[in-house]
Order: sequence, then C-alpha cells, then structure tokens
Amino acid sequence: MTWYVLEYHLVSYRRVWRASLLSSFVLPLLTMLGFGVGVGAYVTGGVGGVPYLDWMVPGLLASTAMQIAIGDSSWPVLGGFEWQRTYFGQAAAPLRVADILGGNLLFVVFRTLTGSAAFLLTALAFGTLHSWWALAALPIAALVGLSVAAPTFAYAATIRSDSYLAILFRLGVIPMSLFSGVFFPVESLPPPARWLAYASPLWHGADLTRSATLGTAPSWSAPGHLLYLTLWAATGWYLAHRQFTRRLVV
Amino acid sequence: MVTFVLPRLISFEGAARRSASVVERNAATLRSAYWLVMASGFLEPILYLLSIGVGVGSLVGDLTLADGRVVSYAAFVAPAMLASSAMTGALSETTFNFFGKMKFMKLYDGMLATPVRPIEIALGELAWAMIRGNLYAAAFLIIMVAMDLTTPLRALAAWTATILVGLAFGAAGMALSTYMRSWQDFDLVASAQFALFLFSGTFVPATAYPAALRWLVEATPLYRAVDLVRAITTGGLGWTQLIDIAYLLTVVAIGLSVAGRRIEKLLCK
Amino acid sequence: MSLIHARGLVKRFGDFTAVDGIDVDVARGEAFGFLGPNGAGKSSTMRMIGCVSPPTGGVLRILDRDPRREGPAIRARLGVCPQLDNLDLELTVRENLTTYARFFGLPRKVARRRADELLDFVQLTERADSRVEPLSGGMKRRLTIARALVNEPEIVLLDEPTTGLDPQARHLVWERLFRLKQQGVTLVLTTHYMDEAEQLCDRLVVMDGGRIVAEGSPRALIERHSTREVVELRFEAESQEAFAGKLAGVGERLEILPDRILLYVADGDAAVAEVQARALPPASVLVRRSSLEDVFLHLTGRTLVD
Repeated sequence: MTWYVLEYHLVSYRRVWRASLLSSFVLPLLTMLGFGVGVGAYVTGGVGGVPYLDWMVPGLLASTAMQIAIGDSSWPVLGGFEWQRTYFGQAAAPLRVADILGGNLLFVVFRTLTGSAAFLLTALAFGTLHSWWALAALPIAALVGLSVAAPTFAYAATIRSDSYLAILFRLGVIPMSLFSGVFFPVESLPPPARWLAYASPLWHGADLTRSATLGTAPSWSAPGHLLYLTLWAATGWYLAHRQFTRRLVV
Repeated sequence: MVTFVLPRLISFEGAARRSASVVERNAATLRSAYWLVMASGFLEPILYLLSIGVGVGSLVGDLTLADGRVVSYAAFVAPAMLASSAMTGALSETTFNFFGKMKFMKLYDGMLATPVRPIEIALGELAWAMIRGNLYAAAFLIIMVAMDLTTPLRALAAWTATILVGLAFGAAGMALSTYMRSWQDFDLVASAQFALFLFSGTFVPATAYPAALRWLVEATPLYRAVDLVRAITTGGLGWTQLIDIAYLLTVVAIGLSVAGRRIEKLLCK
Repeated sequence: MSLIHARGLVKRFGDFTAVDGIDVDVARGEAFGFLGPNGAGKSSTMRMIGCVSPPTGGVLRILDRDPRREGPAIRARLGVCPQLDNLDLELTVRENLTTYARFFGLPRKVARRRADELLDFVQLTERADSRVEPLSGGMKRRLTIARALVNEPEIVLLDEPTTGLDPQARHLVWERLFRLKQQGVTLVLTTHYMDEAEQLCDRLVVMDGGRIVAEGSPRALIERHSTREVVELRFEAESQEAFAGKLAGVGERLEILPDRILLYVADGDAAVAEVQARALPPASVLVRRSSLEDVFLHLTGRTLVD
C-alpha cells in the first residue's frame, strides 16, 4: 500500500522534476563555487589541515540534503491538506494513515538521495573527496533527510497558513544551515550557541558526512550521531502520524 | 531622488494621496502570522553576518581592499549583507507578493474601479516595499555600529544608500513581474537572485574573479549596490560611487516606467 | 442629459470584436439592464463604462466626461460590483470597506462611519470583524455590493449581481438593489436571469454577438417579440415533430423542442380547445404567461454559446 503512495508521488514528480533541478542541484553547486572556491582562496591555513573547500563541501552536502527534505515536506504537505487536498483523496482510498505518511516520506527520501548523489558527483569532480567512505555520505543524507522531514511533516500538518512555513525557514532552517558546522567549525561559537548547534540534527549529519568524505574519525561518536538522528526521525514520525490521523480520520 | 523621477511620470494632484492609500491597505493586513514573518525578516542578514562575517571571518582574517585599505572580514561582508537584504526585501514584495495580488487575488481589479490609477498602484506597492526594507536596513545598521563595523555617521549615509538600492530592485522587480506567466517563473527569479547574492563581490572582492567573470559581475545591479554601500560603511568613497549611483538611478527610472505602462496594459484591457 | 451616452461604441481585442457599435443612453435614476448570453459583449461594455477599458471606437461619455482622459474623476462617482467577487481576502469584512473608502480619499472617520452604515444595509454587521474567506457566496456578494456603495456613487454598475446565489440570497440582493433605486441611484446591470431583469430594470437592451438586438421596457419587449401567452404541449411519442404539422394555424408561432412543442398565442385556453378539437390529445398541457425568457430565446437563439 505504501508503495502505491510512493508511486503517486513519483508520477507527479515526473512533470516537475526539471524545475526542482534548479533548487536541488544548481543552487548548491553555485554555493560550492561562489563560496567554497571563492572564500576558500582566502582561508590560507585551511581548516584542521584540510583545504577549506574540501572541508566545507561535506557540510554543504548534508545541508543540501536537509534543505531538499524540508522543502519537500513543508509546502507540499501544507498544500496536501489545505490547497490541493490530495491527502483527503488518498484517505478515501483503502490506505492507512501510515501508508499515506510513509509513501510520502519515502518520496522525500528519494528526492534527498538523488539530489545528494548529484552533488556528490560534483564534489568528486572538484577533487574534494578523500576516501571511498564518501559513498557512505548517501545513506547518511537519507537519514538526515528523514530526521528533519518527519518533524516537518508534523509541523506542516498542524499549521493552516503558509506564513508559518516562512517562520520555520527564518527561525529554523536558515539559522541551522548557517551555524551547524557547515561553513565554519562550531567550536568557534560562544558556548550557549555552540550547545544549540550540537542539538541541531544538521551538525550531526555534517560531522558524519565530513568524516566520510575526508576519511577521518568524526568529532563525536558515530553510533551516537546515528542514534541521535534516528531519534529525531522516530519522534517526528510519531508526531506526524498523530497529526495526520487527527486531520484525516474524523 | 523620488522627487526627481516622479513628476515626469505623474501629473495629477491626489496621486500621492492615492498611492498612500495603497500603502495603507498593506499596513492593514499586518496581523498575526504575517506580522511575525515580516518582523523576522530583519534577522536574516544579521544571521548571515554572524555566520559568514564572524564565523568564517575567523578563518579568513583581514582583507586588503583594491585601494590598499585593510579591513576585517566582517566589515567587508556586512555592507554586502545590507545591500543584498535591501535587494531581497524589495524583490520579495514586488515580485512574489505583487504577482499574487495581481493574478490570483485580483486585488488590483478592485482598486482600479476606484480613482486609483495603475501607476499609483505601482508607486504605492514600491513605497510599501521601501518602508519595510528600510526598517530592516536601519536595524541592521544599528547592529553594525554596535559591532564596531562602521561609524554612526557612515551608517546614516549608508541608510540613504539602501533606499536607492531598494528602489532600484523594487522598480526592476515590479517591471519583471508584469512579464511573469506563472509561479514557476519565480523559481528562476529566486535562482538569479541567489546567484547575484553569491557572486556580486559579496563574499570576496570582485578582483578575485577571472577577468571575464569580473566584468560580468561588475555590470550587475547588486555589485553596484554592494560597491556603493561598502564604500560608505568602510569610508572609502570615490568617483566610482558616482557610477554606482547613476546606474541605480537609471534602473529606478526604467523599472518604474516599464512597470507603469505594463500594469496599465495588463489590467486595463 | 443622460448619465451614460454611447454612440457606435466598439471594443476589439486583436481580431475579435467584443462590442460592435452600440448606442446606449441611460438617464438619471433609471435601472438599466444589459441582457444577453455569455460572450454577447455585456461585460466588455460594463468595463468600458467603468473606465477601466478604453473603447476602441465610437463615442462614450459618462457623467458628461470623457473616460479616456478623466477616468479617475469619473470613477470617483461610480460604484462597481464586478462579475467575480474580488474582495481582499487578507482583510476583515469591515476593513474591506474602510480601506476601499480610502482609495476614494474619504477621511478615516467618514470611512469608518460609511462602513458601519453599509454593513447594516447589507446585513453583515455581525460579521464585521470576521475574515472574508469563510463567508458564504451570498454574504460575499452583499459585501461586494456594499463596497461598491462606499463612495455614495451616482451610478452603480453591477455585473451579474446574483449569479451563483441561492434563492434566499438572490431575493435579499434584489430587495437591497430595489431600495437603492428608490433612493435615486442609477443602476446599470447585466444579467442572464430573466426574472432579475423583469424585477429590477425599467429599461433594457438585449445584446447578441456584440450588437444590440432589441431595446425597451420588459413589458414592451414581451409585447413586441412574443405573444401574451405560451402553451407548452407534450405528446406521447418518440418525436414531437409528427404532431407539429397537424397544429398548423394554431397561434402566431410554433416552436418544436426535443421534448415538447411551444405555441405562442394570444389566448392560451382557446388554443388548447382548438388543439383538442383537432383530436390531438397531448400527454400534458401547460398554459403560461409569456416571459422575458421567451423574448430572449427568440432573439438570441437556443444554441449554447460556450
């Protein structure tokens, strides 16, 4: 049943995939060029013995995974309840809430994976990958995607106006992408901000991805990272399932 | 500046009053969630300043400008953030929101049944974008002064410069919106905007780019805006800034006249 | 002097001629209607009168002014209720009226007072602080009408004021429009509801294909283009046409529809007697007064336009 829902999302995606190329591939690539290469030239010492570009690319990869995942679970989910009302159509078919939610989440994971794979290839072309472990960046990206997508589903299913999505981006997504060890090490943040950064799923994703592409040990325990991200995904699933049930099963 | 362009476009008493009534309508929508969206808008450039200017700045150290002056990376990035947030603020109001009001909410059809004229709608929306953008700019400049990235007097001068920057992008955005067919076209606008944000001498001096790219960059409106604001906040004003000002003024004039004519064409069929 | 004066008025969009040379005069205090099927050119005419659509040709004077040059001054004295409600969904019901009043330059205090009076007039006082979106279709329509009145206009333009409303809502709108008319406001409306035209209009024109095909009061139009009564006959048969031949000479005109035959006659009962005398027992008989609808269908045809 879950597969039918995934299939539905894949079919609708066929009509719009070109537009999504821009936001999920071209923009990260531009960031890598404009920022990684451009600013990198001015970071003379590199970071921890690694050239700045090589250091920030894995962070950007995790950040791209997060952006795609949140992008695809915010407006589309709100729209599915408030505008196109596709969820109500699905709920009228013999599907369980878990199928509707699961199929949609699988689609988000698919989007995250394809976007990350394209980015990883570009990173390879720029010679920023130091180890075969870089392949592990893909499952990590999928996990990062799930860890932020599931809670975003819950949030988007709760709100009624897209103004609240703008707030999510302003107060959640943008600060997270700026201060979670993507562009500079979180250790240079003052203590309270540093703790916030440690709490964000993106820092865990970025640290894991970085250790994969550079072939170095992560700065925190790898199982710890994985567990923490899973915890976000599981809590998100629980909340999203509860909220979807509230809206769909009346 | 405003008094310099407007009289040629409008020759009707009451036009200012009617444009103001369009602004009033927008002010009346400020409520609950939307209010928070607007208020949080000023956070964005500050976050970028802290992350890139301060965070990445600690890796970069000091920068030597083209004229030999040495400034901290944060002092280099801050004026660019200010200029690009003036751009973003003006564009979001005059492209996305403007298009929605025109095509989907049919808001302007209702307004045009009153004495309000198309050019007055355009000016009203632009004025609204300016008010919003300049509040953000003022807040950002206060932070810059507090972080010792510029002096209060220079901040004041930079504030007037951001008005010009906002007007230029607002007028251009509005003209652009009249050519848009669907929301998908706005993805392109957003991408172009992001590319400008990355490559307009915002994070590294344009001199760092290869010659061809550098010329291209120096011809973009955001580069001119960044150059103007940066020269003011870092205290390096020179003749080049006259080019910046002339460039931005030209954009304002062309944008406004195109927008006024196109809106009339679209709505008064 | 007529408030609206048009001679040979033309509106073209590229190759398409929406309005093809019409002459119209509307006097002060009159309720004037444009009738016609979809695409007849009613809305284009209304937009030209509303000074938001410049005429392509001909003469148009509104309130003795030129809409091409004096649009804002004319619009200041018009009230417009468009075909589709374009209310401001980001504002409350009352704010819709007060901000709209500001577009006319009314002082804030006056705007607020007008808004309250009008909300009372269209019976929306209780919803004053509600958002527009949850309102019913009839409420939105009333609010749009109230908005059109906010500047105390001399002419109110109503484009299909009751299309899509339920019967209760329609009657409420009619009743309010009638009260406006009694107050001396000039009403100009388009409609394709015949009962609406008969209820509200002193005078009307029937438009078809961008031209005026008939003009007069509802009564005069019925007298001129139809008979006093109409007999509707239904026969038990696959085709009504077989019977039509046998009805020759009964009434002034006969129309064959797939499911019934219409006889246009001066005296319905006499016609029915004649039909029965010819030993043609119909399955059902209905004698009714001729209506504007008969005129309309006679003049513009029964074929669907879109």
